[in-house]
Amino acid sequence: MTSSIAAEPAAPASPGVRRGSARVLGLLVLALVAAALLSLALGSRALPIGTVIDVLFHDDGSEAATIVHALRIPRTVLAIAVGIALGVAGALMQGHTRNPLADPGLLGVEAGASCAVVIAIYSLGIHDLAGYAWFAMAGAGVAAVAVFAIGSTRAGPDPVSLVLAGAAVSALLLAITQAIVVRDSETLDAYRFWVVGSASGRSLSVFWQVLPFLLVGLLFAAMSTPGLNLLQLGDDVAASLGLTPWRQKALGIAAVMLLAGAATAACGPVGFVGLVVPHLARRLGGVDYRWLVPYAGLLGGLLVVATDIVGRLVVRPAELQVGIVMALVGGPAFVLLVRRTRMLKL
Amino acid sequence: MAVLHAAPLRLGALSWLVPLRAALVSLAGLGLLFLLVAVDLSVGDFPIPVSDVVSTLLGGGDEGQRFIVMELRLPQTVVAVAVGAALGLAGALTQTLARNPLASPDILGVTDGAAFGAVAVIVLSGASGYGGGLVTGRLQELGLPLAAFSGAMLTALLLYLLSWRRGLDMQRLVLVGIGLGAALTAGTSYLLVNSRIQDAASAQVWLSGSLNGRGWEHGRPVLLTLAVLLPLSLLLVRSLNAMLLGDDAARGLGVRLQLAQLGVLVAAVGLTSVSVAAVGPLEFVAFVVPQVALRLTGGSRPPVLASMVAGGVLVVGADLLTRAVLPFPLPAGIVTAAIGAPYLIWLLVRANRRRTA
Amino acid sequence: MTAPAAPARLGAELVTVGYGGEPVVRDLTLDVPDGLVTTIVGPNGCGKSTLLRTLARLLKPTSGRVRLDGDAIASVSTREVSRRLALLPQSPIAPDGLLVRDLVGRGRHPHQRWFSQWSPRDEEVVERALRMTDTWELRDRALDELSGGQRQRAWVAMTLAQDTDLVLLDEPTTFLDLAHQVEVLDLVTRLNRERGRTVAMVLHDLNLAARYSDVVVVMKAGAIVTQGTPTEVFTTELLRQVFGLDADVLDDPRTGLPVVVPVAGQAAASGGTVEGSASTAAASCGT
Repeated sequence: MTSSIAAEPAAPASPGVRRGSARVLGLLVLALVAAALLSLALGSRALPIGTVIDVLFHDDGSEAATIVHALRIPRTVLAIAVGIALGVAGALMQGHTRNPLADPGLLGVEAGASCAVVIAIYSLGIHDLAGYAWFAMAGAGVAAVAVFAIGSTRAGPDPVSLVLAGAAVSALLLAITQAIVVRDSETLDAYRFWVVGSASGRSLSVFWQVLPFLLVGLLFAAMSTPGLNLLQLGDDVAASLGLTPWRQKALGIAAVMLLAGAATAACGPVGFVGLVVPHLARRLGGVDYRWLVPYAGLLGGLLVVATDIVGRLVVRPAELQVGIVMALVGGPAFVLLVRRTRMLKL
Repeated sequence: MAVLHAAPLRLGALSWLVPLRAALVSLAGLGLLFLLVAVDLSVGDFPIPVSDVVSTLLGGGDEGQRFIVMELRLPQTVVAVAVGAALGLAGALTQTLARNPLASPDILGVTDGAAFGAVAVIVLSGASGYGGGLVTGRLQELGLPLAAFSGAMLTALLLYLLSWRRGLDMQRLVLVGIGLGAALTAGTSYLLVNSRIQDAASAQVWLSGSLNGRGWEHGRPVLLTLAVLLPLSLLLVRSLNAMLLGDDAARGLGVRLQLAQLGVLVAAVGLTSVSVAAVGPLEFVAFVVPQVALRLTGGSRPPVLASMVAGGVLVVGADLLTRAVLPFPLPAGIVTAAIGAPYLIWLLVRANRRRTA
Repeated sequence: MTAPAAPARLGAELVTVGYGGEPVVRDLTLDVPDGLVTTIVGPNGCGKSTLLRTLARLLKPTSGRVRLDGDAIASVSTREVSRRLALLPQSPIAPDGLLVRDLVGRGRHPHQRWFSQWSPRDEEVVERALRMTDTWELRDRALDELSGGQRQRAWVAMTLAQDTDLVLLDEPTTFLDLAHQVEVLDLVTRLNRERGRTVAMVLHDLNLAARYSDVVVVMKAGAIVTQGTPTEVFTTELLRQVFGLDADVLDDPRTGLPVVVPVAGQAAASGGTVEGSASTAAASCGT
C-alpha cells in the first residue's frame, strides 16, 4: 500500500448510518424512569405524581400509599424487569441465530415453564404465583437444557438445529400441558390466567425470586455481547480474530435461557417483546451489538411498562393483561414494520 | 453400478416419470394405512375381529357388523384419514414453496385464525355442554366448523392483502403471518380468560384437536376439498420443482411465478383451513409428516403423495392409540404431537451426532 | 467498430432499468448478434448483470423495450420465451440431494405438459446434454457431492437441455479455479460452434473474455462504451478509460488474440487508487 493514503484525513461517517451513542442511552433511561413513574400514578384510580413521589419514600399507611406499595410498585418493577430481560434475550437470540425472525420462545423456554406450572397446579395443588415461579424456572431450565443438547453438534450449538429442537421440545411439552388441562378443568381455570402473561396480581417476592437468575443472565449477556459482533462475520472469521466461537455461543444461549426463563417465571409467557424490540433497537442503534443489546433491554422495559399501563386504562375498571395487549398491538405493529421495509435477502 | 431411480411410464403420447422409491414407499404406506383403518374399525365397545371388518368393508359381513362398522365407526376413521392426508399435503406444499423445512401452514397464522373463530363461537354463544365436556349438537355440527373455516379464510385473505406489495415475497408472507398469528392468539387468550370455566374447558378441548364424535358432516368438506385441491397440487408439482432452483431459474424455465406461488398457497391454506375446521388444530402433522416422508423416499423435496399417505397413517394411528391403547381418552392433537415431536428429536440428535460443524 | 452482419433476434432498445431507486442502466441499445458468442464486460456496478437479466425478461425496463424475434419480449408468453431463450443465473441454488440427471431434466420444463412429463425426446435431449458436458458419468450423483467445476457443468447441461437457440449465462465462471473456468468456457464455445447457438454472457475476467468471444461489449456506468471484436476493443486506452487500469495489451502467440497485462507498481506511479486488475476483479457487478 502507498504512503499517500495514510496522509488523507479520516472520512466522516456517512449520514445515513445509525450509530449507538451514550446520549441516546441516557435518554432511554430517562424515558424508562418517566414511564415507571407514570405506571405508579396511573390505573383505575389515578394518583397525582406528587403524591406518588411522597409515598414512595415514606409509607404513611394512606390509601394512596397502599395502592402504590402493594399494587403498583410490584407490577411496575416486574414489568420493567421482564421487559429488559426479554429485550436483551431477543437481541441475543437474533444475533446468535443470525435470523431476524428469532424469538427467545423458540428455545422451548416458555413451553417448559408452562408445562411445569401446570404440573405444579395439577399434582401439587400449588395456587400462588410465587410457587409457580420456582416451577416455571425449573421447567424453563429443563426445556432449555434439552433443546441445547439436542440442537448442538460436536462443534457447539447450531442455529437451525436449535430452532428445530426448540419446536420439537415445545410441541412435546405443549402436548403434555394440554393433556392435563383438558382433563382437569380446575387446573385449566388456574392455568388460563397464568398463561396469558400478566404483571398484575404478583407481590414483590416474585421479583426477588427471579432476580438472581436475571442478574446472572445479564452478566452472561454482557460478557457475550462484544463477541457477538465478530460472530456476525461467521465462525471462521471470528476464530481467526481470536474468538472461541462455541464458547461465545454457549454463553449467549445460556444468557437467553436464563433471561427468558426468569421473565416467564415471573409473569407468564409474554410474547412479541423478544421478536419486535430488537428491530426497533436496530433502527435506533445500528448493528453494533454493544449498543444494540442495551438499547433492546431499555426499549423492552419501556414497551412492557407502556403496554401494562395501556392494559390498565383501556377497559377501566377492568384490565387487559400485558400479554394480550402486547400481541394485539405488537402483531399489527410488526406487520406494518414488515410492510415498510424492503425485503432484503437474509 | 447404476441404480434405477425413476422409470418412465408411457401410454401413447402421454408420459410420466415415476420415482421408484417414492412409489414403493407410498404403496407400502397405503398398505399400512389400510391395516390401521381395519384395526381402528375393529376396536370399540363391541370388538369385531379384523377379518370380519375387512369383509364388511368389501361388501360382506352380517347386518349388525355392517351397522357398527359402516355407520358408527367408519365416519370418524374416514375423517381421520382425510384430515391426515390434507395436512400432510399442505405441509409438503408449504415446505417446498418456502424452500425451508421449518415452514408449515401454521406459521402463516391461518390456524390461529381458525382457532379464534371457533373459540369465539364457543365462548360468545355460551352454548357449551356440561362442564368440562365437549360441545355437542347442532353447534358442533355446523356452527363451529363454519366459524373456524371462516376465521381461517379471513385470516388468509388478510395475510395476502397485507403481504402483497408489487408481488408476493415469501419472506414477507411469513413475517406477516407471524404478526397476524400472534394478534389472533392474543384474541383467543382474551376470550379464554374472560369466559365461564365451562366454556373455556370446551374451547380447550377443541383447541387440542379432537376426532371424537366427528362424522360424515365433518368429513365431507375435507374429502371434497381434497378432491379439488389434490389434482391442482399435482399440476403444480412441476412448477414447484422448477421453483426449487430459485426464482430466476424458475422464470427462465417458463414458470409463471406469481401464479404458481398463489396456486400453492391457495391449496395449502384451503387444505389446512378445512382440516382445522373439522377437527381443530392437529399439532405437528403438517410440520413433521413431510419431513418424515422425505427421509423415507430419499428425494430432494417433500414428496406429495407419500406425505399424504404418511399423514393418514399418523392421524389414524393417533386415533387408534387414543381409543384402544390409552387408559383415558385424549384429544388426537395431543397424541400426534406426542408421536411427531420425539421422532423429530430423534432425527435431530442422530443428524447432529455426525456433524462437526 | 464493426457491427456483425447478421440481424439480431434478441436486442434491447433504449432500455432504462433500475431496482426501484436510481436506474442502473440508462437508454441502452444493444443487439445480440445471432450465431455468435457475445460477452459483456465492465467494472463493478456498471450494470452488466442487470442488462443480461433484462434481456432474459427477469427485470422490467422502466422505459424502452427488449425485442425478441421482432416482438416486444413483454408481450411474448413466459413459456414461449423459455423455449427460445435460456438463462443460467449467477450463483444458482438447488435443494439438497438433487441428482444431476434430475437437475438437467428440469431444463425440459418449457417443453413438457402435465400429460407429457417425460417423452422420448426429453430423454434424448437430456442424454445429449449430459454427454456434451461430460457429466454423463455423474448423472446419478447428488449435486452437492460434486466439485465446483462439475456442478457448474451440470448447470450448463440443464441450460442445454432447454434446447433453445439463445443461451444467456450470468458469470458462469465465478468461484471456479482456472482449469474449471476454461472447462466451462470451452463447453460454451462448442455449444456455439457445433450447435450454432447464440450465446450472450457476462464475464468479469477480461482475458477469458478476449479468448472466448466473437463480440465484446464494454459497459461503464450503465451505458455501452464500445463493442466489437476482442482485438478491436481491448486497447490500452480503453482499459485506462473504463477500468482505470494501466496495462499493456499483448498478442497471445498461439491465437493472436489480445492478452491484458497490468503494469506492476502503478499505484506509486499514478498516485491514485487502483481499481483492481484485469484477472482479479472478482466481486460481482451490481446485481
